[in-house]
Amino acid sequence: MSSRRPSPGVVLTTAAMVAIAVGVPQVVDQFGLLQLTVFASMCILALSLGFVWGYGGILCFGQSAFFGLGGYTYAVTAIDLGESTLAMVLAVVVPAVFAALLGYFMFYGRLSDVYLGVITLSVTLIFFNLMNSTAGDAYRVGKARLNGFNGMPSLPTLNVPGDPGRLLDPAETFYLVMAFLIIVYVGLHVLLASHFGRVVVAIRENETRCELLGYDVRLHKLLVFAIGGGIAGLAGGLFANWGAFVSPNVFSLTMTSQIIIWVIVGGLGTLLGPIIGCLIMQYLATTLGTQQVANTSLIFGIIFLAFVLLVPRGIVPSLRRLGARAVGPARVREPA
Amino acid sequence: MRLAWLAPRVYSARAMDLAAVLMLEILNGVATLVLISVGLAIIFGMMRVINLAHGEFLMLGGYAAIVATNHGVNIWIAMLVVAPLVVGVIGVIAERVIIRVLYGRMIDTLLATWGLSLFFIGLVTTIFGNTVAGIGAPLGSVAIGRYTISVYRLVLVGIAAAILAVIFLVLRRTRLGLIARGTMENPNMAAALGVSPPRVYATTFGVGAALTGLAGGLLAPISGVLPTVGAAYVAKAFITVISGGTAILAGTAAAAGLFGTVNQLLTYFTTPVIGEAGLLAAAILLLRVLPHGITGKLFRGSL
Amino acid sequence: MSDAVLQTVGLSIRFGGVEAVRGVDFALAERELRCLIGPNGAGKSTLFKLLTGQLKPTAGRILFRGHDITGHHTHAIARRGIGIKTQVPSLFDGLTVREHLWLSARRTNPAERTRAIVDEIMERIGLTALADGAVGQLSHGLRQWVELGTVLAGNPELILLDEPAAGMTHDEVARTAELVREINRTHALIVVEHDMQFVKMIARTVTVMHQGAVLVEDTMDRILKNATVRDVYLGKHGGA
Repeated sequence: MSSRRPSPGVVLTTAAMVAIAVGVPQVVDQFGLLQLTVFASMCILALSLGFVWGYGGILCFGQSAFFGLGGYTYAVTAIDLGESTLAMVLAVVVPAVFAALLGYFMFYGRLSDVYLGVITLSVTLIFFNLMNSTAGDAYRVGKARLNGFNGMPSLPTLNVPGDPGRLLDPAETFYLVMAFLIIVYVGLHVLLASHFGRVVVAIRENETRCELLGYDVRLHKLLVFAIGGGIAGLAGGLFANWGAFVSPNVFSLTMTSQIIIWVIVGGLGTLLGPIIGCLIMQYLATTLGTQQVANTSLIFGIIFLAFVLLVPRGIVPSLRRLGARAVGPARVREPA
Repeated sequence: MRLAWLAPRVYSARAMDLAAVLMLEILNGVATLVLISVGLAIIFGMMRVINLAHGEFLMLGGYAAIVATNHGVNIWIAMLVVAPLVVGVIGVIAERVIIRVLYGRMIDTLLATWGLSLFFIGLVTTIFGNTVAGIGAPLGSVAIGRYTISVYRLVLVGIAAAILAVIFLVLRRTRLGLIARGTMENPNMAAALGVSPPRVYATTFGVGAALTGLAGGLLAPISGVLPTVGAAYVAKAFITVISGGTAILAGTAAAAGLFGTVNQLLTYFTTPVIGEAGLLAAAILLLRVLPHGITGKLFRGSL
Repeated sequence: MSDAVLQTVGLSIRFGGVEAVRGVDFALAERELRCLIGPNGAGKSTLFKLLTGQLKPTAGRILFRGHDITGHHTHAIARRGIGIKTQVPSLFDGLTVREHLWLSARRTNPAERTRAIVDEIMERIGLTALADGAVGQLSHGLRQWVELGTVLAGNPELILLDEPAAGMTHDEVARTAELVREINRTHALIVVEHDMQFVKMIARTVTVMHQGAVLVEDTMDRILKNATVRDVYLGKHGGA
């Protein structure tokens, strides 16, 4: 039943990403390279919510909690150990474990839709509030001072594993981030094509029927949530590394809303969608942010309103429909 | 722990004052939560529309009140009449032009109302700039022993209670309220009985917006307004309304009561930030114990 | 009864002041097909939900092959080998028929075996032509059959069906009866039904419920002749 052949869309997208990874450092200047590195990190974050929400059907309004946790875990570990490898590993593991615990708390408590959204939103805002109040010398983990609302500056950046002196240069960092992006993208597709992934999609369609077939829905949701948390944590670690800085804003309402917007704009229910949505929004934010003609919020507001009224399903699904009409009849729905 | 001061024969005037002030602080915190949530309780509770521009309705109410006051309108009229009117009209327009198109489509509604939110923030920033506009709180303050408390804050408690009472009476006792409740339960049936659901939706949304504008106006003297002030309120309002469960008034009041108390107590004994965190934690624990909010699913359709 | 596939002992559930199911003692033998009938409000569906774990009883026990499954989660009950078809067909509208059967069979079979099982069940139910169409598009009768096939694909030892013939045309009802009889050759079944035509086509032993309790348990022929049963259906009987 699981298709032997991956869908052409996935293959194409992966090839494109590899091409970008290899080609971009040759043609783009350092500044552009740094921009694209953070864009790529955010794409990983977008994928995490795209997976959890679009496929798992879990309305997580606090995905930034895991992102931020990853960022801070990286910061604290890198400062205390002076070496980045374990820091990155923990940046994935700690949020994943936290997500598993939170998932246990929520799914085994039979919480669903809006109520889930409220709890996850509350969690990220709690982190925001708590981290904002950690200014002062008393708040430290080992050598690392948390610094409250000021954030933690001058973080050690990624080094070659085992060689703390040899830091990665911008091109190498870009390769690494793109590699992670490709691994997460392909990995999620493989996961979704597996037995586990099929069950997850079925749960989103009809939870009761899944239970009646003998599948433990709560456990599946917990695992989806934990995986999403780990991926978001990875993005957080990479983000902290990118700016060598992390502050409580990673947990903010603005941050968590952005992730949701990326996924909606790109298209819920696909993996390519969140990536595209993220890229477009990030690009718009940087270009519009520098112009002085009109207020950025105003422009974004108008863009979103126009978008909703004109492109209701999100970019990727809409394009796909257009493409399908051009190419011929296709299956009812197919995840990217 | 020095509980001696609780003993009836040995009491200290200062401790009694403290208790009184604490009580009033708590009531004030609860009242604030009620004010910022009640409009949302109507819009979300009755229409299941997640209006992410809710914070901006509050903000617009605040600006309306401040601008009116600065142009000579009596502050009470500005807060109690101008603010709700302005935001109510904006709400009705928003509902007709945008929200109505998207009924039943939650994700699109999220994006559209988020867009609306950004639009309003941008618009207000463009018109009024980024600085804090303010008006002083009327009515001065009163002394309770060594503590002074603003009389205005006490009045707000009364106003919040009055608003809840009025809404309850309107929804329960008037024909308008009955039509609204009926349409929310079963729009087709209501239409069959000659009611126009779109009219009811527009009115309900407008009323919810007006109430929010009213709250924004009332809170303006206390917190001042920035174009971005909405963000501070929107999360708390949603958390309160949803944690309240399906009975829109009882649920919101109960949730506001619980969270307001936790918030103010923690704020008093530690810091405001911890107070915020406490409120959020209380919501999480509450939902874990009562997965469908305080009033749960059983009170569907009741107030 | 050591050879009972399913057994309930004093099973009851109370909602507020109302006892929807009262002290039901029920036993199903190997490969038995039992129909559960009764007028509206008799408690058939409530009893069904108690058996599937969708409701937790306030008293009594449920035993599956001697194992106590009282109060267990639905998925745990399904894992024990109980297949469940609900009153309103509960399906994955966005998935194909093949995907339904695959999900059901794959839980207890390796991938290679699953393919074969899916094809086999589709043949048996007669769904092969519809294999790759989205279930959301199918008619009500076909949806019922898809659900039946989905349940079968999990190879349960006991199958619980809640109104499998509801909303079907006469021909569909006949075909369903045929299917049920055919399934009964290898599986035990409990069928809750309203449609007396359908019941007559499949029933051997019947349990009649009334006001939450078992009124009478007997063969179909004797039930049809039973005056008390008739009165209960016509509303004449006061209480059990």
